[in-house]
Parts: sequence; C-alpha cells; structure tokens
Amino acid sequence: MSQTDHIGKGPNRVDGPLKVSGTAHYAGEFNVPNLAYGYVVNSPIAKGKVVQVHADEVLALPGVLAVYSHENVPHLAWFDRSYKDLLAPGGSPFRPLHSPDITFNQQPVALVMAETFELARYAAALLRVDYEQEKHETNLETKRTEGYLPGGGKLGYAPPPPPRGNPEKAWKNADQKIEAEYTHGAQHHNPMELFTSTVEWLGKDKITVYDKTQGVFNVQRYLTGVFGLSKDNCRVVSQFMGGGFGSGLRPQYSVFMATLAALELKRSVRVTLTRQQMFSIGHRPNTLQFVKLATNPDGSLASLQHHALHETSLFEDYTENVVNWSGMQYQCDNVKLGYQLAQLDVYSPQDMRAPGAATGNPGIEIAMDEMAYAAGLDPLEFRFRNYAERDQNVDKPFSSKKLRECYREGAAKFGWDKRPLEPRSMREGHLLTGWGMAGGVWDAMQMPSRASARITADGRLLVLSGAGENGAGTYTIMTQIAAETLGLPLEAVTFELGDTDQPQAPLQGGSWTAASVGTAVKNACDALGEKLLKLAQKQKDSPLKDADYDEVEFVNGQLRLRRDPDRAVVLRDLLQASGVTQVEAESTALPNMLKQNGYSLHSHNAVFAEVQVDEDLGTVRVTRVVNAVAAGRILNRKTARSQVLGGVVWGLSMALMEETIMDHKFGRYVNHNYAEYHIPVNADMPHIDVLFVHEDDDIVNPLGVKGIGEVGMLGVTAAIANAIFHATGKRVRDLPIMLDKLL
Amino acid sequence: MSQLLTSAPHRGGLPAPVPTGPVRLHINGETRTLQLAPWTSLLDALREYAHLTGTKKGCDHGQCGACTVLVNGRRINSCLTLAVMHEDDDITTIEGLGTPDNLSPLQQAFVDHDAFQCGYCTPGQICSAQGLLNEGRAHSEAEIKELMSGNLCRCGAYTGILNAVQEVVAAQGEMVK
Amino acid sequence: MYPFTYSRATDVADAVRDKAGHGASAYLGGGTNLIDLMKYNVEQPAHLVNVAKLPLDKIEDLPDGGLRLGATATNADTAWNEQVKARYPMLNQAILAGASPQLRNAATNAGNLMQRTRCYYFYDIETPCNKREPGSGCSAIGGYNRIHAILGASEACIATHPSDMCVALAALAPTVRVSGPNGERSIAFEDFHRLPGDQPQYDNILAEGELITSLDLPEKGFAKNFTYLKLRDRHSYAFALVSVAVGLELEGNTITDARLALGGVAHKPWRDKSAEQLLKGQPATAETFGRVAAHVVANAVGQGSNDFKIELARRAIVRALQQATEGRQRATDAFLNSNP
Ligand SMILES: Cc1cc2nc3c(=O)[nH]c(=O)nc-3n(C[C@H](O)[C@H](O)[C@H](O)COP(=O)(O)OP(=O)(O)OC[C@H]3O[C@@H](n4cnc5c(N)ncnc54)[C@H](O)[C@@H]3O)c2cc1C
Ligand code: SF4
Ligand code: FES
Ligand code: FES
Repeated sequence: MSQTDHIGKGPNRVDGPLKVSGTAHYAGEFNVPNLAYGYVVNSPIAKGKVVQVHADEVLALPGVLAVYSHENVPHLAWFDRSYKDLLAPGGSPFRPLHSPDITFNQQPVALVMAETFELARYAAALLRVDYEQEKHETNLETKRTEGYLPGGGKLGYAPPPPPRGNPEKAWKNADQKIEAEYTHGAQHHNPMELFTSTVEWLGKDKITVYDKTQGVFNVQRYLTGVFGLSKDNCRVVSQFMGGGFGSGLRPQYSVFMATLAALELKRSVRVTLTRQQMFSIGHRPNTLQFVKLATNPDGSLASLQHHALHETSLFEDYTENVVNWSGMQYQCDNVKLGYQLAQLDVYSPQDMRAPGAATGNPGIEIAMDEMAYAAGLDPLEFRFRNYAERDQNVDKPFSSKKLRECYREGAAKFGWDKRPLEPRSMREGHLLTGWGMAGGVWDAMQMPSRASARITADGRLLVLSGAGENGAGTYTIMTQIAAETLGLPLEAVTFELGDTDQPQAPLQGGSWTAASVGTAVKNACDALGEKLLKLAQKQKDSPLKDADYDEVEFVNGQLRLRRDPDRAVVLRDLLQASGVTQVEAESTALPNMLKQNGYSLHSHNAVFAEVQVDEDLGTVRVTRVVNAVAAGRILNRKTARSQVLGGVVWGLSMALMEETIMDHKFGRYVNHNYAEYHIPVNADMPHIDVLFVHEDDDIVNPLGVKGIGEVGMLGVTAAIANAIFHATGKRVRDLPIMLDKLL
Repeated sequence: MSQLLTSAPHRGGLPAPVPTGPVRLHINGETRTLQLAPWTSLLDALREYAHLTGTKKGCDHGQCGACTVLVNGRRINSCLTLAVMHEDDDITTIEGLGTPDNLSPLQQAFVDHDAFQCGYCTPGQICSAQGLLNEGRAHSEAEIKELMSGNLCRCGAYTGILNAVQEVVAAQGEMVK
Repeated sequence: MYPFTYSRATDVADAVRDKAGHGASAYLGGGTNLIDLMKYNVEQPAHLVNVAKLPLDKIEDLPDGGLRLGATATNADTAWNEQVKARYPMLNQAILAGASPQLRNAATNAGNLMQRTRCYYFYDIETPCNKREPGSGCSAIGGYNRIHAILGASEACIATHPSDMCVALAALAPTVRVSGPNGERSIAFEDFHRLPGDQPQYDNILAEGELITSLDLPEKGFAKNFTYLKLRDRHSYAFALVSVAVGLELEGNTITDARLALGGVAHKPWRDKSAEQLLKGQPATAETFGRVAAHVVANAVGQGSNDFKIELARRAIVRALQQATEGRQRATDAFLNSNP
C-alpha cells in the first residue's frame, strides 16, 4: 500500500478548516469597496398588473440611489432564448422587471438601491406600488381533469416510456390488488444561505459576479445573454455555496437584479434575498399521484400503474421524472406510467434534491407496502419476488445493480427478520413501534466536463475545473483523485473550482459531479502524467526510456515502472533537473456512449426505518434508520456517508414535516419562513447507519462512481411512512405525516 | 373582475433615517468603534461593517441559529439584537475561536466528524456548541441534541454535529453514559 | 424596518420617563420578538428604550414564601435558577420547552409575557389582520389556521398566545408587578392577558407606558406532582400546537388541589378554574381525567385546519394529568425525561 492511494478512504475535507473557522467565503462575503445594497420588492398579489410604482417618494430619501422596475428598466435582450439558461424547461423563462404583468404571488416587481442595507430595506418597505388585481387559481385540486402532457422538456427529462402489456386488464382480473392516491404539497429547497450576489464593478461594463449558484457557467451564459456582455467582461465566481439542493441550478432573480444595478449605477452592488423571498424562487411542485398494483397468486406483480399530475407556472412547462422509476424498479410485464402538468398562477417549480424521484418514490414504495399487505407478504420478501434483473423501460441490463445486497445487508443490520408482519404488534405502554422499509433508484449520469492540471517545480499540483462546492465535498474528492492519479500526498495538491475563468464544468446537480468532473480531473492529470513521462524520457539515461504510459505508475511522488518499481524518477527532481518551471495539461471528459449504450445506468438503495408513535397523541419519533446504498465506487467514505446522512434527514423531513402551505384566497404561501416551514432539528435525529454495498462498475465511467447525493434521500420517506403504518395500522397517503393525521 | 390595491401604504408618513453614531464593541478581544445607526443588527454590524463574515445570516429572524455568537460568553442570535445594545460587551465570533492553522478543539472535532457539508450553518453550530460547553448543562446524548436544536442544518449534518460535540464534552469529562 | 432612536434606561423611573417622552415608542427587552416584528414592518416604533440592563434581573425570595422573578432576568437564567428548579419545576420545564437555547439566553421574562402571536397573517403585512390593522379583517378565519385558537376566540381574531412559559405561569398564578406614569400596581396573572373580543389589537391589559418590573410567584409550586406537556410539529424549536401545564396536590389518590392551564389554544394562556374545581376531591383516575378533559374542550370551536386541536387538547389533558399524578415529568420529548 502506498501512502498516496486516497480513493475509497475517508480523509477529512480539505476545505474543512476554512469552513469551521469562518474563513470560507460565500457569495455575500466578498467585501469589495464602495458597495451599494439592493433590496427586492415583491408582489402581494398572484395575478394582475402593476399600475404604478411610486419611486419618487423613496428616491427623495437621502442615500437611496435608485428604484428599478419595469417602468424604467433599460432595454435588455429581446428574445426569450437570451433568458434561457441551461436548465430552462419549455416555455418562456420569467424575465424579472420586464413587464407590468403579475403571474405569481411574490413576483419581484422592483429593486431598491441604497447606500446601506438597512436603508435599502427601509426604502423597499416604503415603496408604494399600485396593482390591478385579477382572479387567480393556485389550487391543484381544481385542475384534476385539466392535466396535459408537456411537449418539450428540459435537460434530463424523459417522458414516461410507452405502456407494456395490458395493465388495466391484468389489474381487473387479479384477486389481490390495491388502488390509492398519494399527495404532497409544495416544498422549498431552503438552503441555509440566502440567495446573494455581489457584483464587483470593474469599470467599462466589466464585472465580476460572486453568486450563489450551482453553475457559474450557466449564470455567465444567462447574464451575457440578457445584458449583452461579452464573456470576458462577465466573470462569475462561486467558491463556496451554502447549500443548493437544486435551487441554484438556474440563475435566480437576485443575480439579475444585482447585475442590472451594477451596470446602471456603474458601481459594485450586493443583493441578498430574505428568507421569505426564498419562497419565491422555485419549489418541488405540489403533486397528486395515482397508483394501481395487482399481484399474481405467487406474489409477483401482475400490473403496475403509476400516474402523476403536478403544478407548473403559466409560462413554463417545468418537468421532472416522477413515474419512470416505477417502471424499472420492479419486474412487471403490464405497466402503464402517466405524467401530466397543470398550469396554476404560481412560479415555475424547480428541481429539488432527487427531483421527480423524491416524489414518485414514496408513491410507488408506499403502494408496494400496501400491496405486500394485501398479498399477505413481508414487504421485503415481496420486493425479492419482484426483483428487476433488467430495466424493462428500455429493455437493457443494468451496468451494475447491487440492490439485492442492499436489501440483505440493510435488513441484517436492522434486524428485519424479527419483524412481526401484523401492524400494531409492538407496543410499550402508549408507544407503538413500527418497522418499515423501501428502496430507491436514481440515474448514474455523466456530463461533459473539462479540467486542467499544472505541476510546478516545487512538486505542487494545481488542478482547476469550474465546478461547484455546495457541500458534496467536491474540493476533497477532486483533490483525492488528482493526488492519487499523480501519486502525490493530499497536501501537495490544490483543487480550485467555481470560476468561469477555469475549464468548463457542468451544473452541480443530479449527483453527476463526481463522475463528470472527477473523470475530467483524472484525464487532465493523466494528460499531465504523459507529459511528465515524456519529460522523463528526454533525460539522459532515463530509467523509463521506451516505457508506455500504461506501463508506468505514479506513487509517493515518484514516476516508476509498474513491473520494476526500482526504475523510478522523483517528480520534483525531474522538474528541477529539466529546468521547467511548470508542466500543464488540460483535458475533456465525455461519457463513453459506445460503452454505455447497451446498459441502464443506475444507483440503488434500501432503507429500513423504525418509528415510535404515541398512540394517543399522534407524535412520531423516528428512532433508527439503516440506509444501504449501492452507488459504485465510493471515493471518500467520510463525505459520502455525510451525504447519505443528509439524505436521511431530507427523507425524514419530507415524511413528517415539510410542506409549504398555500392560502388559495391570496394565492400566497403562508408559512414562508424557517419558523413555520419545519425542517428537522438535532432533537429529531434517529440513530442512522449508512452502509455502502460493494459495487464494481467499469461501464458507467472510468472512475466507476455513480453519485450518492440524490439516491441517499430515496426510500427514506416511504420507509418511515410504512413504519408508521406498521406501528399504528393507519395508512397516511398525504405527506407530511403530522400528528393530526394520526389522531 | 379586477380590483385595485396598493401595497405598503405608509402608516406613519415617511420618517427620515436616524443618523449613525460611534458604537464601541469588543470583538474577539479587539476594541472596534463602528459608525452605526440604531437599526443595525449585531449580525449586520459584524458582516457588513466589521467585515467579519464568519457569522452567517440564514433567516435574519431568530429561526435558524446561523448567526449565533457569544456575548459575554453566552450564545445568542446576533440577528435579533441591535449592535447598539452591545456597547462594551465582549463578543466572540467564529473568527475568535480559532483559525485554519490553529483550530479550537470544537472546530477540530467538527472537521474530524465531518459535522457539516456546505458549511454555512457551521460557524453558528460551533459558536452554539461553545456556548453549550460554557453552560455546562449537557451531559448526555439526548441533552446535547436538545441543546443544539437552536441551530438548523439544511444539509442534515446533525449526526456529525452530535458526535463532534459529544467528543469535546467527553474530553472535558462531562459526559455521563 | 423603520428608523428609530434608541436609549438605554438607567433605572425604572428613567425608563418610564424616557418612554413617555417619545410618541410611538417601545420598551426593548431581549429584542427577540420586537426586533423580529420590526424587521417585518409589523411593529414600527420611532423610539426604543432598552430596559434589558435595568437592575431587574434578580431572582429572589419573597417574605411570604414566594419567589420574585425579575422582569429582565433572562428566560434561561430563570429556568436554570436553583430555586425555580427545586420549587417550580413546571416553570423550568415550560421555559425549556420553548424557543432555543440562544433565544432563551436573550429573551427576558417580561418580553416573554409581552410576545405577540405567531399568526402567519399577523406577520405578513401584505395580508389583512385585525390585530395588526384593526378593521382590516381576519385572514385566518377561513384561511389556514393550524396554529389558531379553539377556545375564547372572537369573530375579529382567532390568534393564540404563543408562549410556553406563560402556560406554566398561568397554572402557578403569580402577580405581575408593573410601574408606569401613574405609579405602580400589581396585576393577577390571570387578568394580565386578554381575549380578543372586538379589540384584538390589545393582547393584555397593560396601560400605555407601563413597565413590567417583576413576576411574583406564590409559595405553592406543585413541585411534587406536575407536568408540562408540549405537542408540536417537531421535537424542539417549534411553537406548541397544544400544551398543558398541570400541578396537583394529592392525598393518597385523592386530588386536594389542582391547577390546569393550556397553551396554543387561545388568545391568552388558558387556565381553566372550573376544571380545577372538578378535579378537587376526586380520585386521580383515568375516569376523572377523561371527564375533566371533556369539560375543558366542551365549548371548543375549530376553524378548519385546527379542528384536530380539540381532540388533541382533550387527549393531552388526560396524559398530562396522568403524568402529574405519577409525579414525574414524562413528556413525549426525550430530553425532558432527564430533567428534574
Ligand atoms: C424562532 C423563534 C421561536 C420561538 N419559539 C418559542 C417557543 O417555542 N415558545 C415560547 O414561549 N417562545 C418562543 N419564542 C418567543 C420568545 O420566547 C420571545 O421572543 C421572548 O420571550 C421575548 O422576550 P424579549 O425579552 O426578547 O422581548 P422583546 O422582543 O424585547 O420584547 C417583546 C415585547 O415586550 C415588550 N417589553 C419588553 N420588556 C418589557 C417590560 N419590562 N415591560 C413591558 N413591556 C416590555 C416590548 O416592548 C415588546 O413589545 C420564539 C421566538 C423566536 C424568534
Ligand atoms: S387571527 Fe388575529 S392575528 Fe391572525 S389574522 Fe386574524 S386578526 Fe390577525
Ligand atoms: S440568521 Fe439569526 S437565527 Fe437565522
Ligand atoms: S452544513 Fe450546510 S446547512 Fe449545515
């Protein structure tokens, strides 16, 4: 074992010391001189028009610099496509301050600029805006029969596969069957960090934008499109992000506002949204799901039907993959999957952690539990009987699938074999204990990505890629990959990210960063390695003469021959002897379509949960969760575990707490704050075991990684809901399961 | 039918902003005099005026704990207190607990237990944990969980946070099993 | 937030004078409620008188055997005070069930009494609210009202008082001592908060300019048989949906004295004296508890999303009475188990 094999271990985060000491700089923390502050004013109505903005009144206050609204915003890009970011769904993107029309409550209608944050906030409070209000509709219930199949989609969206077999007939003919409807309200990402942009004015329409985003290149594309800036004059930086969960995939109106003001005022600007405004920037849509399942006498699925209907805005067809997973999760020959949207006077929904799957998964997995009970089978046994060896949606084998092992190892750790099938059979006083389980599946994706690597004479390696760090551990993992590829200690490697001056990386989402950027980093380091080999071979009496790149290895700061490790050069000596100050290489990584095409690429997990429910009071405490994940190679056990732990918290939150309540009278969210939009606190935490099931996969990508950020959340919500049924005998199909639903 | 509506009708006219004045704060052992109006929160004073951005703003309404600092050794939410209320108080922020090269035991424990992901709640968590240590009232896992519940973590790093705090409490010999 | 001037009072008289000298002014305690509301533009005082550092932060014995809680003592110092823990454990538990450690470190006892409702619409100046803007209407009636009142509400307002501490206080029945432009007076705790009626803008009977100086607890603390049970949407750092404070005195299995107050159900901490009478002289049995609980909620009215509270309150009362009878705090909250 060398000391420079870093992958698969659990070193501390390389950015940890910065984060724990308050020295990691987030978007709102670049203290450029002479900042002006902006505060956004939002609409109190859901539909209608702005009649007048009484800007003059607040402009009279000393220190107020400007008020921007549709009335005075300068001429910006004309075409929709200029506003289309990489993740824009079909339709016309929302253009802030573009027209007097109000299409959703809390729509931003004005930006107030002032010398201080406090003054901007005050002036925003004073700003009088006249509206003409029209009747709105925000209630999905009214659109049950008005769903439509979206035409186009956005990046990553796939319409449901065509039906197979004859699901309706099979369902009708079956003896054992269930039919149920599952619902949840809107949910908001609510990352801890508020959306903020600091735009530094560098003179002559040149700016650097410090933005809270999951994609600096996406923001750059948007800003250059909208404001007609050249890329050279619009650098976008995001070195740390205080959580995104999807909310930062698309450029938010905060960055539009800040850029607008900076260009107009010719001055550096900061705009920060409030927590309340964080409820106006996209959400997991309110969704209705309908599931029908039927079994054959042997417990195999005879029919599987899953249909979803969710809200979208009037101007965009937001899409996500809600039901497709159900068609690949279990072996079934009679399947129908349906997916529809309904337009409401709300803002466009936006991808939120495990978009689509987090919605569809509880739908199908609670239904599977219901079906297991209807068939008199243990829910785990029922899943074994319906194990999908192939992805029937696309009729391809999985590149790898260790879900069976997840089930087994998870069940063993949990002690599932001691579970009585009968609900309400574990009781201690008024506390009912229940055990539930569920599984999940998520895409293993890889996106095109670039990276560069440069080694200097002192033996230090600098690797760059414009990726993001929103908590997944990008700095650490990329440092590990680079260090391992070139046989260096972690301390000798610096990985930098989040800057449009760096090689282009994809959006930070979908759990694809490790695979995409990681492969690019590996390729760049290999390209650099080849250059180093050539350099070594140029030396007189090189011990590596004639060696091919695949015959050498980098270990412990040396470049050496695999079959004869004594034939080696020390990298630092090599660089110094060659007299070069640095060697550099850049590389692109693309998914290997040829290799991947024949396969379905997915990660899987199985979750087991224990709950205690107070029979009289309806309170639920989740006491134990085991989450067994098969997601290919685990690059860093520590950060990977953290991601899965976080996923469990998210699943628990969705099961028991999270819901943004719409008051349909106002078409306005009422609990738009952290006090009434509940997410778990430390006191809600169960004991959580995370298991990584060994899974080799050389098809999915050269690193063999699948990503874990999303899959770790799946299964959790359903496992908890199923555990609550097992505890109480009550089946709650409307999430979140708050105590009143159990009274 | 359309209906006319005006937002922000001024109830009390348009009162003029109140001028700033010097406010003397002892921050991390250093005396700083900042020019502030009464309406500046301690949080904004730290972030926007003293340029100490380690203290975070997650809600600005006492609902998340990201802004937790120690005032005279006690943890409070800096967003719901005014800077002028703290003339001559001793304020300790995350920057005052340790530096990247010289982490405090709590900060090191947070790194070792991977008690964060995005890191945005982290300074508040650590200041809160430091307050908890100063209070000396958490001796069990359940007590630490409860007394660390004034700090939300959207990334869900609670298990690591618990383990990190447990480790430091135990090192001080204060854990009961 | 609107602009305001600021001063720090040096003593009670100075505070009262300073406040009276300014028009729309307010006392400032820990600020955890007032500054919150000012940032939402719900409160717009033009002047703040900081009273948090007045020498009213002591907790001291009273000659009649009671205990004086200083108005500016923090919620945390009050909860963890040795006397409070030993003699009024119900109060300790109620305070610790509320807010967060950080908030309790800043919040003062007077501020806790004076905190305003958490009604969503009260907080959102873009929606009508009679409490905030008398006459504008009540958005919660017919709106989303999960956290709203089932007892004592009016057609003008169905808000609840959000405090936990005050529920225990309602059961313990202290007097509230105040000092104002017209001198000092004492108010019985049960009279302090009011029901909304047609003037929901008034939460309590404090007159303009009056400053709370202390809470004087009577000797009886129900330290043996008590409970504070809080039900909420997460296990900590959330307001009560329903909470119940119970203090009992028992002789054998017979209840000789009882206190019963509810939180999260009304515009004021809801002490039910008739229920207390019903308990007295009765055996501490499930049958008694059920009867009394049914009595408390007999006139409760749901508003839609809070209908469940009627049944929840009924069951919570039964549970709280059971727990108090057993003589131990055994709430559903694990943390509370490990305390007194
Ligand atoms: C996110 C969050 C969660 C919370 N959760 C809970 C909870 O679960 N349970 C709970 O009980 N509470 C909870 N609270 C409320 C908290 O307890 C109160 O904010 C606090 O008690 C108020 O005290 P303060 O000293 O900060 O008051 P301030 O904010 O300073 O003042 C509040 C009011 O009291 C007046 N006032 C202050 N001092 C005096 C005085 N001496 N005489 C007369 N008037 C005075 C002020 O003018 C103001 O009107 C929560 C608060 C927040 C922000
Ligand atoms: S319940 Fe009271 S506080 Fe809430 S909206 Fe109605 S009047 Fe306002
Ligand atoms: S920013 Fe102060 S508690 Fe959230
Ligand atoms: S680490 Fe991201 S919010 Fe806690």
